[in-house]
Amino acid sequence: MTPLPFTTLEARAVRLVRDDIDTDQIIPARFLTTISRAGLGRHLFADWRCDSMNAPRPDFPLNAPAAEGARVLVAGRNFGCGSSREHASWALADWGFRVIIATSFADIFRNNASKNGLLTIALGASDHRALLDVLEGDGSATLHVDLAAQRVAAGNWSASFTIEPFAKRCLLEGVDELGFLLAVDADIAAFEVRHTPGVAAALLTASRAAS
Amino acid sequence: MRTLFEKVWQAHVVREAGDAPTILYVDLHLLHEVTSPQAFSELAARGLAVRRPDRSVATMDHSTPTVTAPAGAAARALPMAAGAAEQLAQLEANCARYGVPLIGWDDDRRGIVHVFGPELGYTQPGMTIVCGDSHTSTHGAFGALAFGIGTSEVGHVLATQCLLQRKPCTMEVRVDGALGPGVRAKDLVLAIIARIGVGGGTGHVIEYTGSTIRAMSMESRMTVCNMSIEAGARAGMIAPDDTTFDYLAGRPGVPTGEAWDAAVSRWRALATDEGATYDRTVTIDATTIAPMISYGTNPEMSIAVNAPVPGLADYRDGPALERALAYMGVTPDEPLLGKPVQTVFIGSCTTGRTSDLRDAAAVLRGRRVADSVRMLVVPGSQQVKRQAEAEGLADVFRAAGAEWRESGCSMCIAMNGDQVRAGDYVVSTSNRNFEGRQGPGARTLLASPLTAAACAVRGVVTDPRTLL
Ligand code: SF4
Repeated sequence: MTPLPFTTLEARAVRLVRDDIDTDQIIPARFLTTISRAGLGRHLFADWRCDSMNAPRPDFPLNAPAAEGARVLVAGRNFGCGSSREHASWALADWGFRVIIATSFADIFRNNASKNGLLTIALGASDHRALLDVLEGDGSATLHVDLAAQRVAAGNWSASFTIEPFAKRCLLEGVDELGFLLAVDADIAAFEVRHTPGVAAALLTASRAAS
Repeated sequence: MRTLFEKVWQAHVVREAGDAPTILYVDLHLLHEVTSPQAFSELAARGLAVRRPDRSVATMDHSTPTVTAPAGAAARALPMAAGAAEQLAQLEANCARYGVPLIGWDDDRRGIVHVFGPELGYTQPGMTIVCGDSHTSTHGAFGALAFGIGTSEVGHVLATQCLLQRKPCTMEVRVDGALGPGVRAKDLVLAIIARIGVGGGTGHVIEYTGSTIRAMSMESRMTVCNMSIEAGARAGMIAPDDTTFDYLAGRPGVPTGEAWDAAVSRWRALATDEGATYDRTVTIDATTIAPMISYGTNPEMSIAVNAPVPGLADYRDGPALERALAYMGVTPDEPLLGKPVQTVFIGSCTTGRTSDLRDAAAVLRGRRVADSVRMLVVPGSQQVKRQAEAEGLADVFRAAGAEWRESGCSMCIAMNGDQVRAGDYVVSTSNRNFEGRQGPGARTLLASPLTAAACAVRGVVTDPRTLL
């Protein structure tokens, strides 16, 4: 899938300032028996957002009136830990989020996010605190995100953020990583010729046995 | 001078260019029903083929039923969770269409993807192994570089056998000393995670070294590497040695004769060179570790089974602990010993192998599961199941009053209908105690098979050393 390009964004933010939010919370496993990537937003944070009767919990930030139309999620440390399920990114994007701000991210989540047009911004602790202060003062403050300039601002606060250059290029231009890999087919073929033959032979045997 | 990780990484670099990440070649791609359908759809949409079906193996494990089909009936005809049957049929159709070998319904090698790979000798030292599954780190026990990927990346590997990867940092976790009586690999890895934290390994590949690791069986090493992801690590690795080669010799996927000898000498050279350095090192004294149990909602929140739950001021993040304890129905400073449990689950890719079942059976032999407890024993693969039946372990479980099941992920992820009731406590040998992981509202206490079996017998949280 070619991701939606990301250049700039002006949008409200929702605060879900907890550490170690795992992908089982972002989308519980019982919603993974699907063969599609569409429509998963309705299961986003299902068990936190709704009670066991499927009624929205009024105290959950995503259910607050100010969360309507928010495109930025602000979390704590180590967002997206646990399972590799890309359904987490699909659910966040389908809900409408384009940016996740945290103090750190789990590796697999971060990899998955950029492939789905989701920008992950890791802020240092003091910038994170300052942003939360702005949002505490005005819950419907608009965040400005400029990917090319690598800056994020809200109210009279602003900060720069770092991003891996290739992820930045992919997001800005909507570059599709699979297309990038397909374009180096000749290099892959050359590698396959020189790659340790013993390993391949062993696997060929294995796959014959398995098929 | 290079580390094990650096050797395996460098041997798989296809290309490095400009600002793009490294193009890394994948030797073995494991697939399962839950994280593959959208990747195959992507291939179909672009009219692409699977580049190397001979380097791919698929199975069904996450949403398959674990109850035994009645005589004469097919497992596939058993009742299934909504969507599961369609997802499983989709996997069969995709494998048939793209020529990917499938270990399917009636295959006697079927099992959890991280159990059958090593069992069949497909997992080998020095390989790069990926799967759309975070516990792919398990295979690192063989000195492979093995890690979980998302579904987009599953598509990349299907189409190109390659991934775009940034080179991770390295972390040595050095463990020395003998584990005490009743202390197992599961306890060690919970202690490691409690020490470095759920995000402590982020951006790193861990190599486990030291005398404790060297003395471990392959099964125990797999348990340790399996949970590397619970510390946030990209992968966990252990240098291959004679224990590794003895385990692999004669398995269906490995070479034989001269090719085997050549492979072993290649594999021996993978060990980290004397004097090579890691970006970080953590040292652990194995002699100080007790049987562990988790008390909170991530694996870092684990303590010695006979210790009290931390007080709010003793944990690095008071509000997080408070929220976790509220979910768990546990109070700060409370001892867990003696707390009633309603369910015990033994299984998963962490501890679903024969040696794990032997541990549990040793506790249960001649004893009964408490009347108040439902106990499920789910072997990691059909091979493990047959082995356990041949050794009489299954009889021990049945005689004790536990349910003996077919293999699968089962209650580890609760996708297949095997789940814990809301509010109930489950002592589970799996790897994640996240909220709702084992069913909405379920409260998970992670432990070793030995501890889990002891809890089943007493009906309360129990130190397994009192039943040895
Ligand atoms: S047993 Fe649990 S952790 Fe392992 S592969 Fe299955 S669901 Fe994942």
